[in-house]
Amino acid sequence: MSDTPVQTSATVLTVRQVQDYHALTLVAPAIAERFRPGQFVALAVGGEHTARLVRRCFGVYEVKPDYGGTVELVFADREPGTAWLAGRRSRDRLDLVGPLGRPFRLPRDPVSCLLVGGGPGGAALFALADTLHRRGCQVHFVLGGPSGGQVFGSRMARRIGDSATVTTEDGSLGEKATVRDVLPRVIQETGADVVYGCGPTDLLRSVTQVAGEYGLPSQVSVESFLRETGACGIGVCMTCMLPMHGEDGVTRMVRACADGPVLRGDRVRWGDLGTIPFDALGAPRVLAVAEGGDA
Amino acid sequence: MNTALMETRLGGLELPNPLLTASGCGGTGRELAQFFDLNRLGAFVTTSVTARPRAGRPTPRMAETPSGLLTAMGLPGPGIEGFVERDLPWLAEQGVRTIVSVAGNSVEEFGELARRLRGVPGIAAIEVNVACPNVEDRGRMFAWHPGAAAAVVRAVRTHARPGVPVLAKLAPDVTDIVTIALACVDAGADGLTLINTIEGLAIDTGTLRPALTGVSGGLSGPALRPVALRCVYQVHAALPGTPIVGVGGVASGLDALEFLLAGASAVAVGTTLFHDPTAVPRILRELEEALTARRIARVADVVGLAHKPAGHVPPQVRPEPPVPVPDPGEAKEKPS
Ligand SMILES: Cc1cc2nc3c(=O)[nH]c(=O)nc-3n(C[C@H](O)[C@H](O)[C@H](O)COP(=O)(O)OP(=O)(O)OC[C@H]3O[C@@H](n4cnc5c(N)ncnc54)[C@H](O)[C@@H]3O)c2cc1C
Ligand SMILES: Cc1cc2nc3c(=O)[nH]c(=O)nc-3n(C[C@H](O)[C@H](O)[C@H](O)COP(=O)(O)O)c2cc1C
Ligand code: FES
Repeated sequence: MSDTPVQTSATVLTVRQVQDYHALTLVAPAIAERFRPGQFVALAVGGEHTARLVRRCFGVYEVKPDYGGTVELVFADREPGTAWLAGRRSRDRLDLVGPLGRPFRLPRDPVSCLLVGGGPGGAALFALADTLHRRGCQVHFVLGGPSGGQVFGSRMARRIGDSATVTTEDGSLGEKATVRDVLPRVIQETGADVVYGCGPTDLLRSVTQVAGEYGLPSQVSVESFLRETGACGIGVCMTCMLPMHGEDGVTRMVRACADGPVLRGDRVRWGDLGTIPFDALGAPRVLAVAEGGDA
Repeated sequence: MNTALMETRLGGLELPNPLLTASGCGGTGRELAQFFDLNRLGAFVTTSVTARPRAGRPTPRMAETPSGLLTAMGLPGPGIEGFVERDLPWLAEQGVRTIVSVAGNSVEEFGELARRLRGVPGIAAIEVNVACPNVEDRGRMFAWHPGAAAAVVRAVRTHARPGVPVLAKLAPDVTDIVTIALACVDAGADGLTLINTIEGLAIDTGTLRPALTGVSGGLSGPALRPVALRCVYQVHAALPGTPIVGVGGVASGLDALEFLLAGASAVAVGTTLFHDPTAVPRILRELEEALTARRIARVADVVGLAHKPAGHVPPQVRPEPPVPVPDPGEAKEKPS
């Protein structure tokens, strides 16, 4: 089966600085050929005998057939694990698992699509844009970040997008605004039929909310939540849970990695992330105190 | 040279090899099956099954610590009904030998779980997760008291199908684990799983608060290994006839061998699976190679060997020459 993920030793092709981020290109043909936009990879950091046991999950910026199949990721090197990654050199080997998770669902018809990204999360939208274009869809971008250096891919978006709106909080690039400020206007101007999002949780919440106000479906990748909470990326550790209500109205705790990272925005209980809502299936009952349970 | 025979036994349960998954670390089985054939396992140990569905604790549930993981999950899971309807039949269909781990908040609940599993086919053994909060004793773990631990083992043994081995899984943070082990065996445990996680704490220096919502959590991974080995060694010395599953930070074939030498008949891999989903077949291969290199014919021949006086250990145990550890940074072809 070619849609199952693989674990592979990938060779580093390049590591380069892109604005405030690092872009890492890996030769991993088996992952490149299976990849669908929205899926992610889980990397082991620190080398074979490392004391760091948690895999780091990253969305994929681009896969290319060159060099037998490459996978490119974009990340900020704030933590020790990502700093280690940023220090890799070409020909180094990395232990990579992927592609993981559910991809973005694609519209069947050539509709108008709005792709909203924040920070390095914007990177995961470019593979999607490519696929949508090939299906005859219109692709409009909204990219935002605190400052110009933290908006990934604004030039690329201008080049390949049918339109591109860039916002920064400090006004150093594009409009001095938040993504949320400009979304209603862009939705109206572009006549968007669906909204896709990838970035920080607050941004995804806004995307979902504004899309909902216009009656549009939203598909968002909770990749950054996964990066903060996940340990395995493959669905076995249960550390990346978030509350989601299903078709039947019942709230369940789902895994950001294996049930996501792409989720229907309107199903995620954004306000309850990091909690177990009292009405979730299997939530500690009100009697939990009296029960003294492990709640 | 012939390769080593890997068969092992846990009381009445015969296994083709000593490598198991640790409870709570192998998901439902479906996730790992994407990476390797679960039939390569000695047995698959399920996540502890509870009487009712449980959402578990809020995130963050995990913190990375040196050579370890700190987790406070709150036993999330579908509950016994969901497990028996969806997860167990899938494992049975694949022909995976399955050890079902059970967890309850009262002796009564443990009994109920064993009763519920009684008529269900496809169960190789039951593992009793004794490291559960005991509601009737102010939430203190069963595993902390010989009497409480024995009571849950007895309840499971009474209600479980006769002939299905019952393993008691103990927690390490007690004054004397041997006393607890003895109590469990007296209460009818056919074997022991040693150990569950040890309680620890991590503080987030960014938020200046405990890193986990549950404040303290269970330490797992290689950091736990010396503690686990000590427990296996002590219990095997006191109860040499009782089969032991060694658990705690197994990441390589030599780690597994250490546990066998300390007295374990089988070894379970937990946290390492998060790091390396194909760890079990790799560890199995490494263990096989390690035994062969030491000219040891059968797994059974090494169980408890570390307890033998120095003179009694076969002289050829140190394999020569030492195998260099390959650096992942330098692959076969060195840049010229
Ligand atoms: C952007 C977009 C464009 C579309 N375009 C078209 C189109 O052009 N033509 C057309 O005919 N249709 C279109 N559709 C509809 C689409 O084909 C699907 O019918 C729709 O997305 C529902 O299928 P799904 O698999 O995405 O949803 P679901 O199966 O509901 O899954 C959505 C997410 O919900 C989570 N989930 C699933 N079950 C549960 C549960 N019980 N509890 C909690 N969480 C759960 C999963 O994690 C999953 O990621 C479009 C949909 C979207 C979002
Ligand atoms: C995320 C996680 C979940 C666990 N869940 C269970 C469980 O449900 N039942 C149980 O008996 N042990 C559970 N454990 C403990 C493991 O089975 C094992 O005893 C412990 O982690 C030590 O082994 P390791 O170092 O190989 O991980 C869990 C451990 C972790 C890290
Ligand atoms: S990261 Fe392990 S289950 Fe999602």
